[in-house]
Amino acid sequence: MQEKYDYIVIGAGVIGCIIARTLSRYEGRVLLIDKEPDVCMGSTAANTAIVHAGYDPLPNTLKARTNVAGNAMWDTLAGELNFPFERRGDFVVAVGEEELPALDTLMGYAKKNGVPGCALLSGPEVRRREKNITPEVSGALWASTGGITDPFAVTVAAAENAVMNGAVVKLNTEFKDFIMEGDRIIGIKTNRGDFYSRWVVNCAGLFSDFVMHQAGVRPEFKIRPRKGEYFVFDRADVQIDNVLFPVPSDKGKGILVSTTIHGNTILGPNADIIDDKEDSSTTESGMNEIWSGANKLVPSLTKKHVIGTFAGLRPMGNAPCKTPGVDYNKDYIIEIPEEVKGFVNLGGIESPGLAASPAIAQEVVDLLKDAGEELRVKKDYDPIRPSRPRFREMSQKDRKLLVDMDPTYGRVICRCENVTEGEIIAEIHAPVPATTYDAIKRRTWLGTGRCQGAFDTPRVVEILARELGVSPLEITKRGKGSEFLFRPTKKVEK
Amino acid sequence: MLKKNIYDVVIIGSGPGGLAAAVAAKKEGAEDVLVIERDTELGGILLQCIHNGFGLEIFKEDLPGPSYAQRYIDECLELGVETMLDTIVLEVTPDRKLYTSSTKYGFVEIQARAIVLAMGCRERTRAMIQIPGMRPAGVFTAGTAQRFTNIEGKLPGERVVILGSGDIGMIMARRLTFEGAKVERVLEILPYLSGLTRNYVQCLEDLDIPLQFEHTVKFIHGEDRVEAVEIAAVDKNWNYIPGTEEIIPCDTLLLSIGLIPENELSRQAGVKLDPLTGGPYVDESRETNVPGIFAAGNVVHVYDLADWVTLAGYDAGKSAARYAQSVRVKESSHIPVKAGNNVHHVVPHSINKTNLSDEQIELQLRVRQPVEDTVLIEVHDGENRIARKGALYARPGEMLTVVLKERHFADVEKADSLTVDVNPL
Repeated sequence: MQEKYDYIVIGAGVIGCIIARTLSRYEGRVLLIDKEPDVCMGSTAANTAIVHAGYDPLPNTLKARTNVAGNAMWDTLAGELNFPFERRGDFVVAVGEEELPALDTLMGYAKKNGVPGCALLSGPEVRRREKNITPEVSGALWASTGGITDPFAVTVAAAENAVMNGAVVKLNTEFKDFIMEGDRIIGIKTNRGDFYSRWVVNCAGLFSDFVMHQAGVRPEFKIRPRKGEYFVFDRADVQIDNVLFPVPSDKGKGILVSTTIHGNTILGPNADIIDDKEDSSTTESGMNEIWSGANKLVPSLTKKHVIGTFAGLRPMGNAPCKTPGVDYNKDYIIEIPEEVKGFVNLGGIESPGLAASPAIAQEVVDLLKDAGEELRVKKDYDPIRPSRPRFREMSQKDRKLLVDMDPTYGRVICRCENVTEGEIIAEIHAPVPATTYDAIKRRTWLGTGRCQGAFDTPRVVEILARELGVSPLEITKRGKGSEFLFRPTKKVEK
Repeated sequence: MLKKNIYDVVIIGSGPGGLAAAVAAKKEGAEDVLVIERDTELGGILLQCIHNGFGLEIFKEDLPGPSYAQRYIDECLELGVETMLDTIVLEVTPDRKLYTSSTKYGFVEIQARAIVLAMGCRERTRAMIQIPGMRPAGVFTAGTAQRFTNIEGKLPGERVVILGSGDIGMIMARRLTFEGAKVERVLEILPYLSGLTRNYVQCLEDLDIPLQFEHTVKFIHGEDRVEAVEIAAVDKNWNYIPGTEEIIPCDTLLLSIGLIPENELSRQAGVKLDPLTGGPYVDESRETNVPGIFAAGNVVHVYDLADWVTLAGYDAGKSAARYAQSVRVKESSHIPVKAGNNVHHVVPHSINKTNLSDEQIELQLRVRQPVEDTVLIEVHDGENRIARKGALYARPGEMLTVVLKERHFADVEKADSLTVDVNPL
């Protein structure tokens, strides 16, 4: 039997999940697929987790428009989907007099892009607001609308809300090719069979070039992965409480010193253009580059409390900006191409893609309407995705109430981050189930503390095996091939 | 349900230090003694240490970890020590209130008259030394691999490289070999062993497992599971020496790169920590800077042998019981004990002169640099030599001790501070 949908979204990163969630508002069947065993395993998984204000993109680009529009949508998004989001504001810090003109340029962009709440601060004023900043600071651009969030939480929440509103999520499902009828796309071929649909939306991130090429669109478009590496510090050792950018260079927004929404200090990223789309390795040179870059802003940093390093790949494209007179060739693609029917094409959605994601979803809706889609809101559409208890964020009083209600929340499995068995069980049976160690880690923040999972891993393997009804030998870190265990140990003959 | 919510002595952790503290507290007259353990059984990490080598100092017997633990568990139960298992302590306040949580007891608040911190230590991780590379499955701390193998009964690797010559790593090299895995190499970045010589002989040499000093892992390969590690020799400053790179195919990398006292609870309670040891500053009674909070064992500084952790636990348990019963002299006159020539740190950090009695005080120390020749361990106050002791060699991996006996106390009384040196003879 043919599986028929109205909208298929390829790729379950933040863009794909928010688009799936937005489309699930309307009548019609939505399918979201991803080749990985969980949502949020590509570029969304490893970035700086900042909802950019919008002063950075070149004016009159799609990047600028969707960034500023997207930023303004985050309060509603966070309220509806119940994920952590905070408008902490951010600083672009100029070090030495020679970097000051860059701030004027950014202030000019901010005005043209329509970013509210920006101001230029003097060096002493910056030092007053953040005492750990280098004494050589000469000034800063302050953007009050800059936000910090948890990209996993956003993405998972959006996917869950889509499922609550009838969308289907198929993981471990890899797009291979389109099924065409003349110049119209009528479905896709995957490793798990064919799925038919009236529309297919390309949200494939690092692989968006492959997807559009399979549709015969933009053969010249190419994604170059731009690797960014990061250091993460123990939450018990806050080195900084603000979001500090250096002045940008041609390589991007530069190496920042920032706080995460969970309270960890984070340093990074560098920007290394590489070829391999699967190469998320950290490198010695990259880590040295980050360390020296970060020390330029905050000289007091010490490596003693580094508890993690990771790397992520940004999907840098080569699409020229469509606005006449704007010379820029790394703009986003958000279009319904003329050469094929039934295809919404997105590409090159690198930073500020997280900030822009709700606006990009809205642009997709507008494009579909322009193409004649009726898009009637479902009568029973529910935009609210309820949050689940997070033991570590609760007061002792609330913890008691929770444990009285459900004793599984009394058993702490991750001692550094205080994640309980109840939370793990809830994630395994959530609307988008967590079935790997990393999936649980991303959702609960377990294993991200000082011991980096040394204590919790055997216990999580046991809980996953029990709840999924499989052998512990089948439990993986992040999908097939990443099993933790090989075989039972030798038996003692009695 | 718990019998009460006020206890004389509450002990956090039931490893060798915690169990000994419980026994000693009871014997010292504390009536209500409670041990809180986060695992489902008493014994702490001893339960996964199924190798022998425990009890040589105390029992003059060679016991496996679980048997060693059982002797103290039995004694605790005979003495009427209460236990809360599968229970985590979420917070300790400076006025000795504990917030605990478990599925069995729920969320419980307990007031203690005295507390013994016996949380032990945790293992250093990949992130702390920032090994570059991919982040596949198959990178484990040696202790996690030990738990998988010995408690869960599942083998975490078939072809293994071990980074670090710590004791757990060497013991796991032997254990995994017995299970049919191939241990390709043990690498140590230092020019000398981190763990005990006896473990090197019994676990590596006897099984022909190669150990390379001044080598480390440069890169971890493998997308889903470890596929290989790239190793390299390092110079004195730990820089890679070009041309010495080698790729070792393997599916598992075990890390045995050091232990860190586990002190998050201590910190919350206002206990001051020594940056050199990672553990609380303690005096000779094992009391921390917070009155009524004591600390014993690996939570203070990392020991080589469980037997010594047990002895430290006794001291702490006894002192805690005295505090709870208001036996102990509360006024204090502390003098610091300082690390001198070639000494990394000394425990205890201070001696309370008003506590000096007929009991001897053992000073425990680690050297900074190895000396493969006879050394003299000397305790002095700047001018007077108070105590001295010889040793055939001094290695950072093996703790040294020197004892202050009753006959030294007159000198200690006069001193403003004590310094411990380890000098070549």
